[in-house]
Amino acid sequence: MPTASQITMVPVVIDEEKCIADKGCRTCIDVCPLDVLWINENTGKAHMKYDECWYCMPCEADCPTNAVTVNIPYLLS
Amino acid sequence: MALPEDISVIDVDILIIGGGTAGPMAAVAAKEQNPDAEVMLLEKANVKRSGAISMGMDGLNNAVVPGHSTPENYVKEITIANDGIVLQKGVMAYAQRSFEMIQKLDSWGVYFQKDETGEYDMKKVHHLGTYVLPMPEGHNIKKILYRRLRRHRVTVENRYQAVRLLKDKSGAVCGCIALSTRDAKVIVIRAKAVIMCTGAAGRIGLPASGYLFGTYENPANCGDGHSMAYHVGAELTGLECYQINPLLKDYNGPACAYVTGPLGGYTANAKGDRFIECDYWSGQMMMEFYNELQGGNGPVFLKLDHLAEETIQEIEHVLHTNERPSRGRFHDGRGTDYRTKMVEMHISEIGFCAGHSASGVWINEKGETTVPGLYGAGDMASIPHSYMLGAFVYGQICGENATEFARNRELPELDEAFILRERERILAPLKRSDGIPPNQFEYKVRRLVNDYLQPPKITKKMDIGLARLHAMEADIPYLYARDPHELLRANEAQHILDCAKMAAFASLYRQESRWGLYHNYVDHPQTDNDNWFCHVQLFKDEQNRMSCRKMAIEPYVVELDEQEKSAYQQLRVKRAG
Ligand SMILES: Cc1cc2nc3c(=O)[nH]c(=O)nc-3n(C[C@H](O)[C@H](O)[C@H](O)COP(=O)(O)OP(=O)(O)OC[C@H]3O[C@@H](n4cnc5c(N)ncnc54)[C@H](O)[C@@H]3O)c2cc1C
Ligand code: SF4
Ligand code: SF4
Repeated sequence: MPTASQITMVPVVIDEEKCIADKGCRTCIDVCPLDVLWINENTGKAHMKYDECWYCMPCEADCPTNAVTVNIPYLLS
Repeated sequence: MALPEDISVIDVDILIIGGGTAGPMAAVAAKEQNPDAEVMLLEKANVKRSGAISMGMDGLNNAVVPGHSTPENYVKEITIANDGIVLQKGVMAYAQRSFEMIQKLDSWGVYFQKDETGEYDMKKVHHLGTYVLPMPEGHNIKKILYRRLRRHRVTVENRYQAVRLLKDKSGAVCGCIALSTRDAKVIVIRAKAVIMCTGAAGRIGLPASGYLFGTYENPANCGDGHSMAYHVGAELTGLECYQINPLLKDYNGPACAYVTGPLGGYTANAKGDRFIECDYWSGQMMMEFYNELQGGNGPVFLKLDHLAEETIQEIEHVLHTNERPSRGRFHDGRGTDYRTKMVEMHISEIGFCAGHSASGVWINEKGETTVPGLYGAGDMASIPHSYMLGAFVYGQICGENATEFARNRELPELDEAFILRERERILAPLKRSDGIPPNQFEYKVRRLVNDYLQPPKITKKMDIGLARLHAMEADIPYLYARDPHELLRANEAQHILDCAKMAAFASLYRQESRWGLYHNYVDHPQTDNDNWFCHVQLFKDEQNRMSCRKMAIEPYVVELDEQEKSAYQQLRVKRAG
């Protein structure tokens, strides 16, 4: 199938310095109602894998290290 | 035939699908009814933070509190707001248990606003009565529910999407097939009774922003329950009575006139003038809103800039911390300050939601659908304007009744051939190596909905829309998912297509106009009580075709006088002179 790879800016940003996913934390991944946060295989840290965010904020509110920032998706901002 | 080993079957007494608002309450009620019953709560996301109230709630929109109103008056108000098309017994069952539920939640630690004397601090927002109870500290509600689930030892399965309901030979529902959203595993849950609490169908229309997940409703609520109920043979009702909400333009979250109204804020036109008498949502109110948007006086705004500093701070505290806390960020990004600027509003895309409107899977006052063993509560079931408290009350009603139904039932037999066929179907997109990506499929369905099905409704347009939606069925065998997450979206997209077809079909069937904007049918502009003072039921007929029928409205338990009947028709502010 012919496909295009388009770039999309995702609204949720995770500060890799602060993220302790390598110590086993999965909180933001667990709570996200849209299941769009996953572990980045390359870094071992959490990241937004799918651009399907309701900007609802449990990920940010529940992160133990304040590593998550929810921005308003660009199309709406 | 036996099921292959890689399909695990879990046996429970009561299965609850959807762990948002109604679901956890249903699970607790089932355990309270029969502590020995095996109760499972299945959730597509994680019950800790799922559903409409994932971050909390600003208030109760429909609290029937003694001293402020009565169940009879509430039933009247809701009947009028729905142009008479209601199962009054169903609304009454809610109203009679409303206060008891508030007290139960209060005893669990949910904080409701009280006045100096310790009484509930009720606010008037509705056209006739007083029903709004603020919850400025409403952000811990999910935590409180979760604690109850644990205390009652409810089995919780997170990250499973229910995809199809199962029936036994007698025609009673006996469980569901579910798909793990993380590893695409298909499981079967066999149950003696099933309660659906899957929320609104909030992903049918396309938000004006074009962002698929920028919906008013929590986008996990995409109409799975509506589609599952349809396929298992249950009737749906009032689907032509769309949900369309007033909201903050682009942000698509509620403007919260219910919060700001009692503090002096209001919905205004571009001139800053009030144009509706009452901010309580109804089809009639939405019609006025739409007219103002389309007319020379639009856009429409939430006006707060006349309020005192401390009032604005109070509003900011509630609106920027509770229900949709990213709202403050949205305003900051655009430099919108309530003190100096009116906030632009708009209307939402269409959806099905009994919580705010009246459309959904038909249930009676016991929470029963038309299929034995299947119950429904909350936004997906048909009790109109039920909001959060209605979800709790009907969750409880269903929990009690489903438990009694299950008590007398033997372990049902599974239809293995059906399960195997369904597993093939559900997993098919993952087995392909190319095809149509779910997001493009979904975008197309939802774009067709906006182009052809949004009011004002026009026969010719809806015919084209329905034909194009039918044509998209031929695309389903080409849906392609690269991973389990995309498979979840591919299955959701098919349910969204079902909902879109149902919206068109029911709208074409009801040949009159009713509920203001919700069913504003240009080809039939008048309300026709002689022919259409009835419910419209939608179902799958014996030939597997989508069908509708009229159903008589049961005799009212609370009569209305003539003057009251038209109260919601007079929402436009009368101009002087
Ligand atoms: C932004 C917003 C603001 C609101 N404000 C107010 C207010 O101030 N006051 C008020 O009274 N009401 C308010 N409401 C309405 C109220 O929140 C809802 O009516 C109520 O919460 C609905 O409860 P529910 O259980 O039906 O749905 P939800 O709480 O949304 O739960 C549905 C659950 O089902 C799950 N689910 C969906 N499909 C599946 C599937 N296939 N398998 C498994 N799980 C599934 C979802 O993940 C979700 O957790 C608001 C609603 C919204 C969206
Ligand atoms: S919750 Fe915070 S620390 Fe934990 S995985 Fe997510 S970003 Fe990392
Ligand atoms: S804001 Fe909500 S939808 Fe977006 S990543 Fe966080 S939890 Fe998920």
